[in-house]
Amino acid sequence: MVTTTQEVSDRRRSRIPFPVAFALPLALVERNARAARHFWLTIVSGFFEPVFYLFAMGVGIGALVGDVMVDGVAIGYGVFVAPALMATSAMNGAVYDSTQNVFWKLRFAKTYDTALSTPMRPTDVAIGEISWALLRGLIYSTAFLAVAAIGGFVHSWWALLAIPACTLIGLAFASVGMAATTYMSSWTHLEYVQLAILPMFLFSATFYPLSTYPAALQWVVQATPLYHGVDLVRGLMLGDLHAGLLVHVAYLAIFGTVGIWATAKRIERLLLT
Amino acid sequence: MIKAVGLRKSFGDFTAVDGIDVEVAPGESFGFLGPNGAGKTSTMKIIGCTSPASGGTIRILGMDPASQASKIKARLGVVPQEDALDADLTVFENLLVYGRYFGLPRATVRARAEELLEFAQLVDKRDEIVEKLSGGMKRRLTIARGLINTPQIVLLDEPTTGLDPQARHILWDRLFRLKREGVTLVLTTHYMDEAEQLCDRLVVMDKGRIVAEGSPRALIAEHASREVLELRFDVADHAERAADVEGIGARVEVLADRLLLYVENGDVALEQVTARGVHPMSSLVRRASLEDVFLRLTGRSLIE
Amino acid sequence: MTATTPAGVSTAVESPPGGGWLSVLAYWMAVYKRVWKGTIISSFLAPLAYLAGMGIGLGSLIDSGERTAVEGVPYLAFVATGLLAAQAMQTGVGEATFPVMGAIKWHHTYEAMLATPLRVQDLVRGHVVYAAIRVATTVGVFAIVSIALGALSGWGVLGAVVFAILGGLAFAMPVYFYSCRVRSEQGYNVLSRFVIMPLFLFSGTFFPISQLPAWLEALAWVSPLTHAGALTRAAALGPGSPFVLDLGGYLLHIAYLLLWAVGGYLLGVRALRSRMGA
Repeated sequence: MVTTTQEVSDRRRSRIPFPVAFALPLALVERNARAARHFWLTIVSGFFEPVFYLFAMGVGIGALVGDVMVDGVAIGYGVFVAPALMATSAMNGAVYDSTQNVFWKLRFAKTYDTALSTPMRPTDVAIGEISWALLRGLIYSTAFLAVAAIGGFVHSWWALLAIPACTLIGLAFASVGMAATTYMSSWTHLEYVQLAILPMFLFSATFYPLSTYPAALQWVVQATPLYHGVDLVRGLMLGDLHAGLLVHVAYLAIFGTVGIWATAKRIERLLLT
Repeated sequence: MIKAVGLRKSFGDFTAVDGIDVEVAPGESFGFLGPNGAGKTSTMKIIGCTSPASGGTIRILGMDPASQASKIKARLGVVPQEDALDADLTVFENLLVYGRYFGLPRATVRARAEELLEFAQLVDKRDEIVEKLSGGMKRRLTIARGLINTPQIVLLDEPTTGLDPQARHILWDRLFRLKREGVTLVLTTHYMDEAEQLCDRLVVMDKGRIVAEGSPRALIAEHASREVLELRFDVADHAERAADVEGIGARVEVLADRLLLYVENGDVALEQVTARGVHPMSSLVRRASLEDVFLRLTGRSLIE
Repeated sequence: MTATTPAGVSTAVESPPGGGWLSVLAYWMAVYKRVWKGTIISSFLAPLAYLAGMGIGLGSLIDSGERTAVEGVPYLAFVATGLLAAQAMQTGVGEATFPVMGAIKWHHTYEAMLATPLRVQDLVRGHVVYAAIRVATTVGVFAIVSIALGALSGWGVLGAVVFAILGGLAFAMPVYFYSCRVRSEQGYNVLSRFVIMPLFLFSGTFFPISQLPAWLEALAWVSPLTHAGALTRAAALGPGSPFVLDLGGYLLHIAYLLLWAVGGYLLGVRALRSRMGA
């Protein structure tokens, strides 16, 4: 009996209507939410990291730097750096969830092997895991924005849109991060993740404006996904809307879609052989 | 329930399963017996739809894993070799979350999970994190987990490997209950006593092939004698004493630490040994087992 | 079937003396030899990225015109001396967390060691020396690169490296104690996010703690990192800077760091003894 893969995937797709199709990824979200209750302190601690940075940067370094010029307008350093910290914390959270956590579940805890012995499919696993990362990120972003607003670092109502923007950043990094994790076979490989994350954290126009970089380096900075995230969130939080923000959205959306697709493919190859 | 013809599985150059034919009837308790590396787990993974066959055909509940994996899995219960329990969750949550993977309504899963806690004798461990359970408890929880969707077929890969004797007996008792309820059991094992206890019918696998098939009793009758006389000598190499007992019984097997004599009556055979002036350090008469069948069929011991 | 003869196992008659802490150190060095590549990023590249990102990039915003972070000291040099101490803290903490939990809980290394003539204090001593070596190499490399980048200069840097190592141990030992008590990895998340991260940010690494509100500044002086940073700056930036210390100042900071290191060591030995049930 020969069935082509095309037939197979068509059949699978047509038989499962949308709401049911999402029930299975949700089961994995439920699993993660239940697990999170057992280490709630870790979850809570994740909120504090960007807040500590916000006060160190906004108050401590802000006093040294003074004002920063953005598009010819002088703004306080704290106001400048808060959006960047919100965006990078969305990235860090998504990357942590999709690399460290996923690596553990994939290679040691066998969480996905277990899930795949049920009607769950690789795509359900990918979507479920990424959805969880986004959900968690959403809570952090909202809390951070509230703290930043109380601290006086937010000046526009458009800032509310920074929350979905951070979810988009999370999607881009969680999906690509998870796809990358499927290639890792030892804990050492996880260290390489830092090799990508740390330079982006420091050099994506996060702590000083793009104009500070030498001209030759500016386009390198602009190529990184975090730059697009930072600039998007900054535009929204400063209420400085322009068409360029849509480019950032498109960049991040494409990044995320490719990541989800690659993750599902890889899980299938790794666990269903 | 399960029908496979010419089933194959290869990983690159290595052939794990080399063209086997298997048929499992409803309500049957069917075993794959063989040493590590015989291809048992690979076969189980194909049946569990988590590993595509490289050749041959297989139908599970009349469906093809290549196209209807999710539908088949919805009706299977899987008990993997390594428990793969969720260490981040409690006993009860492990059942609950697994049930949700099947897309079952929360209320249904909850009710079923409570029942299964009872079945697995884990009611008082309900809210413990699984890390704190003993090996036997973990195994029972894994079996309970595999039953959460009320499956028609339960796949058990090495159900009692690594457990102490008492834990094994508790586990066997649970599996007997399932069998009585008419659940089809498919299990792999490299323990003879387990196969004899649990299986209505079994296949002996070696190097990816089936070397014998039948009920445990029939296999013993066919490939071994009624009794076995074991002799130990105070020598480094037992082969040198084999000639001394040649001709007593149907066959002599030389093991690293003893000789096995396949005979109809062990006590009579021992008298004959002594009559020849051969005095072993110790001797033991026992009934023949599947271990002897395996030794006969492959020339090797099951546990190496 | 061929019969095999088991090879004879000879049993020792005399009792060996025990390898002492040196053999424990040798164990950790052997482990490090296997995994050192994985530590390049966190031990060597990460601090340099911070140096470049904060020191050079942010420095260009801070040191504009007449203004500098601290009178007469370029921001790059300020950050380099701060990071020297901070890096020692990170490495010291790193070596006192997961490797220790691994040896106690996951790999049962300590259990195996204690089945030999080794004593609990040998285990801790071996680990201290190992941590000190790890701190010394990371801090040493960082110092050399800082000199190459022109962030630091002079023999004072050597003194700064020694103080940084002391600072590293002032973290490694109390954290070792913590590792003997903590039961799950979650304890490390809490440690890293509620203790190490705030200390990294608020102990004068990136800005003088005088910028903080008075109560927070007072609190910052509790942090060993603040004292380690004061020492590395005094040694590396020299007498011409506002960070100069007199002998009493040096002794005071050193004594404070020793208090943490020695106190942590003594508590660590006790905690490990009770954890291993010996």
